[in-house]
Amino acid sequence: MTALIETKSLNKHFGALHATRDVTFALEEGARHALIGPNGAGKTTFINLLTGVLAPSDGTVLFKGQDITRVEQAERVKLGIARTFQINRLFRGLSVLENVYMSIAERVGAAPAMLKPAGKRSDVIEEAMELLTRLKLADVAHKAIPELPYGRQRLVELAITLGLKPQALLLDEPAAGVPSAESHIILDAIDALPKNIGVLIIDHDMDLVFRFAKKITVLVRGALFAEGTPKEIGANPDVRAVYLGQATTHGA
Amino acid sequence: MSTTPAVHENPAALALARRHRFQWWEVLPWLLALGFYFAFPRYLGFGTELLITVLFAISLDLALGYAGIITLGHAAFFGAGAYTVGMLAKHEIWTEPISGLVLAAIVAGAAGFLSGLVLLRTVGLTLLMLTLCTMGFLEEIANMAAEVTGGFDGLDSLPIKPIFGKFEFDVLYSSTQYLYVLGVLLVCFVFVRTLIYSPYGHSLTGIRENTLRMHAVGAPVSKRLIVCYTISAALAGVAGALWAQANAYVNLSTLGLDRAATVLIILVLGGYGRLYGAFLGAVAYMVLSHFLSKAYPTAWQLGLGLLLVAIALFAQGGILGVADRLRKRFGKERKTP
Repeated sequence: MTALIETKSLNKHFGALHATRDVTFALEEGARHALIGPNGAGKTTFINLLTGVLAPSDGTVLFKGQDITRVEQAERVKLGIARTFQINRLFRGLSVLENVYMSIAERVGAAPAMLKPAGKRSDVIEEAMELLTRLKLADVAHKAIPELPYGRQRLVELAITLGLKPQALLLDEPAAGVPSAESHIILDAIDALPKNIGVLIIDHDMDLVFRFAKKITVLVRGALFAEGTPKEIGANPDVRAVYLGQATTHGA
Repeated sequence: MSTTPAVHENPAALALARRHRFQWWEVLPWLLALGFYFAFPRYLGFGTELLITVLFAISLDLALGYAGIITLGHAAFFGAGAYTVGMLAKHEIWTEPISGLVLAAIVAGAAGFLSGLVLLRTVGLTLLMLTLCTMGFLEEIANMAAEVTGGFDGLDSLPIKPIFGKFEFDVLYSSTQYLYVLGVLLVCFVFVRTLIYSPYGHSLTGIRENTLRMHAVGAPVSKRLIVCYTISAALAGVAGALWAQANAYVNLSTLGLDRAATVLIILVLGGYGRLYGAFLGAVAYMVLSHFLSKAYPTAWQLGLGLLLVAIALFAQGGILGVADRLRKRFGKERKTP
């Protein structure tokens, strides 16, 4: 398998805080990869480095072997790297459909058009409706975001990102804040993603991580701590000591 | 679970596919404006001022209401347009009115583009201050370069050629100005309306609603904002040019904070980000200030201030926002008898 995203001794300093320490990492094509670690381990910082929100202090980021360390966020999205946010970042004043229209219009290059009505891009609208149908959101497509329960807002968060048809999908705690009764909707949606795209998921929910991931990377205080299959990670006494012990007792 | 009927019958898809279509009531403002021409021939000076204010407010709505660019210095571009026409006419370089508007749009648009390159890197209070600075800067230039701008006194008795070489401007009887301004307003309005219902306009709304997310979906955010600010500035320049042509003079008031604040109040009053808020706000503001200043000549702005406080506290979204809420409540009651 080829690596979609790779990092080579990536570092990020915020003043005295060394948030990312020498991380060498690879997200493979078709991967179902989880990134776990205690609070403050630098997981979200790492996502921000991969997506170009932050520039690393040193080290390199590669996409399919090409150096993208200095490539802007919007350009990385065009290459095929997309992410969801830990806290919903939605267009709250717009309908669910209009939210998804936004990302699809950017991907297909419809967005810069000034003199043609947005409603006449029926290709964009149809694709958005198909995506919403797939995520079981079609019945609320006309609603504004604040009218939806949080679990479904979380799905809109995912839908906007899927509209970008990413090759590498980075999910920052996709089920965070979702009542457990509704979290299966998120999980089903993630399970139904195309097999060829590489997915990296950050989560504290060990049920979700162990159900989803084929490979787990553990980050502790910004540095790579352990990496392996769920079985290996579950059985790793060091990992259990720093992290898993505090949560649940999986893979024992 | 078939997707095809859902796409075509879904109310959201239909609403989005049809939202740019003209509604029957959209012809009303124009009928009213034409009716005003015949009903109040003695108030056409006031009417002309009102229509110019509407155009200025629409230009601000594009930047502030749609793209969320918080500005308190939009009169910079109104003044840039007014002075372009004023100086060209006074020095007998260019006196044809319609091409004058185009020149004013180019100059004001250039001012918007150049200042936008710098100030659109900032947000919030910093942005607000920088827009104020831009306006203060231009105002001071107009004040200092008295030889070409007339300085504090401005330029008066501007020679403006008749429209199409036929219809003379008359400063005392504004019928030509009124129809001319109404025509230009219609063209500019249709342009802005087209723009905001386009995918580009949709992406501006996205930037206003969540800038970070727009970055994350791959939108070139700063480029879009600069283009929007430039267009908005050019339209404000057209409004300023119309003002200079209709009044045959230009002075520092076109560049002042007073004008910038008034247009902002108008937009808040009518409802920003709603296209027709500019119309309602301008009418409400000018009619209110007209009657209030008659009734309480010394303290009429107090009444306006109280109204603004009430709107900020209880009616965000202005007159149109309140109308929207009433319609929603009314509509729901009708659906569930």
